[in-house]
Amino acid sequence: MISVRGLKKYYRVHQRPPGLKAALGALFHRPHVTVKAVDGISFDIRPGERVGFLGPNGAGKTTTLKVLSGLLHPSGGEVSVDGHLPRRREDAFLKKIMLVMGQKQQLLWDLPPAETFELNRAIYDVPREQYRRTLEELTSLLGLGELVQKPTRQLSLGERMRCELAAALIHKPKVLFLDEPTIGLDVSMQAAMRDFIKRYNEQHGATLILTSHYMDDVAALCPRVIVIDKGVLSYDGALDELVRHVRPEKRVVFRFAREVPQIALAELGKVVSVDSVSAVLQVRTEAVNSTVTRALSTLPVLDLTVENPPLEEVMSELFSRSRAAAEAAS
Amino acid sequence: MSLKGTVRAMPTLLRVGFSEAVAYRAEMLIWVLSTTMPFVMLALWSSVAHEQPVLAESGRRFGEAEFTAYFLTTFVVRQLASSWAAWEMNYEVRTGALSMRLLRPLHPLVAYGAENIAALPMRIAVCLPVVALSLWAVGTSAVPRGGLRWLAFLAALLGAWLITFLANVCIGCLSLFMQSSVKVMEVWLAAYFVFSGYLIPIELFPGWLRQAVDFLPWRYQIGLPVELLSSMQEPAGALPLLGVQWAYVLGLGLLAQLLWRKGLSRFAAYGG
Repeated sequence: MISVRGLKKYYRVHQRPPGLKAALGALFHRPHVTVKAVDGISFDIRPGERVGFLGPNGAGKTTTLKVLSGLLHPSGGEVSVDGHLPRRREDAFLKKIMLVMGQKQQLLWDLPPAETFELNRAIYDVPREQYRRTLEELTSLLGLGELVQKPTRQLSLGERMRCELAAALIHKPKVLFLDEPTIGLDVSMQAAMRDFIKRYNEQHGATLILTSHYMDDVAALCPRVIVIDKGVLSYDGALDELVRHVRPEKRVVFRFAREVPQIALAELGKVVSVDSVSAVLQVRTEAVNSTVTRALSTLPVLDLTVENPPLEEVMSELFSRSRAAAEAAS
Repeated sequence: MSLKGTVRAMPTLLRVGFSEAVAYRAEMLIWVLSTTMPFVMLALWSSVAHEQPVLAESGRRFGEAEFTAYFLTTFVVRQLASSWAAWEMNYEVRTGALSMRLLRPLHPLVAYGAENIAALPMRIAVCLPVVALSLWAVGTSAVPRGGLRWLAFLAALLGAWLITFLANVCIGCLSLFMQSSVKVMEVWLAAYFVFSGYLIPIELFPGWLRQAVDFLPWRYQIGLPVELLSSMQEPAGALPLLGVQWAYVLGLGLLAQLLWRKGLSRFAAYGG
């Protein structure tokens, strides 16, 4: 479905220090630097796959999505989406894709979302009967109800994002690029959006590429992740495998019948947190069985669970490692 | 989008565009007020012609009635041949909002054009009282007769709108190269005010300037349609001018295509 080979996107950026002197100087001479937003990444995505793009701010995730959706012309490499060259922006290609950006909107600001839906129906040339059915489905799944009749400017962020998603799906795209779709939403709205996106993928077999800083989004939606850092691909594979690779440890969460001295916990593993009757220990995966057995025999354990470390921590560690490696290389 | 598809989508584009134009009532009213310069010029020139008519080099005499007909027609033509695509494009390029247009299978330039045309009913509504005032002031005898004149006027009016829109698009496209081209638009507007016949009927220009103005695009944005409707030009005599006008339409159309294609490869899709 999607094939990317040696994709590069470089920007020429004007640099100017602050101050009046620099401002005047910039009238005569403007130094530029070349920023390598994406520097030779390659990957393939199969039809119907859900893939998460991960990386710190400025890593090149959004730039990659913009190249894939035809907004940006690549500086080098080859990109193909369902047999189309995105930069040509052919109608057949644009009718197959949609890019939803959490920080950009296509809804007409002063008109109700229903007007944008109708506009998209006309632009995407969706037959009226199909449009009616799709809109009914979207209205029901996203709980739009009367929202579509209120001017967009009067909608809350969560309401607006639901309408944005509906507007993006009127033409039933085969490939959906989602750039921070849950940004700024409250926890329950994030969960609702995730459920909807997953259902859309399963029902329509749409290919889905997601960038998000909310690891819950990635964990819930993307069995496969592609990690990009400083424009370079640093991991492509299963999310579970990435977690095991970066943090080959498990968290054991205990609840005790009475207070346990910290020294007793430290004998079992690394103490991540502890309070009066609960504690979290970090132990190597292969030592989980023995640690649990020892804890059950020596401590007043009421309850315990074994978990993966939080994804946020895993990512933070991955990015700090890659920063350290880059600094060492320079 | 194919031509057929665009034509099919056009009624919806225009209807939604009209809804947007109506949504911005206060802004629209302020914009209309900002285009009342012809009324100011009408007052100025009428007072000049009050004592005796102003004599053009061509021998035409401009009395109060001629100035009234000319400047009220100028107001109407300005309303009907307007575009603001350059400002929209500048804003959308700088903020990255152009991205959302580029994702749709409809050429963004068609979308800008449809939005501008969609505001016409509102503008026509603004023009109606002015037309009524014109008829009251100069009498119904001043209404041009003859299908050929009206045909020539409509061709000139369409040409005027296309030149205005395409010039806006060309200047808007420059923002893809130079971050902001609003100042270029201001320079264009300065020349437009002077050379279009908006402030002074072109016939009152000195002969050498009048001849030069015939080769500049601004004259075709206002002067030509106004002169045809106010019977200062005969349809047959205006044919060479119509030819130049439509040559500008063609030239600006080609230039807009070129600038759009070249500029788009530089689009940085800021934001998001």
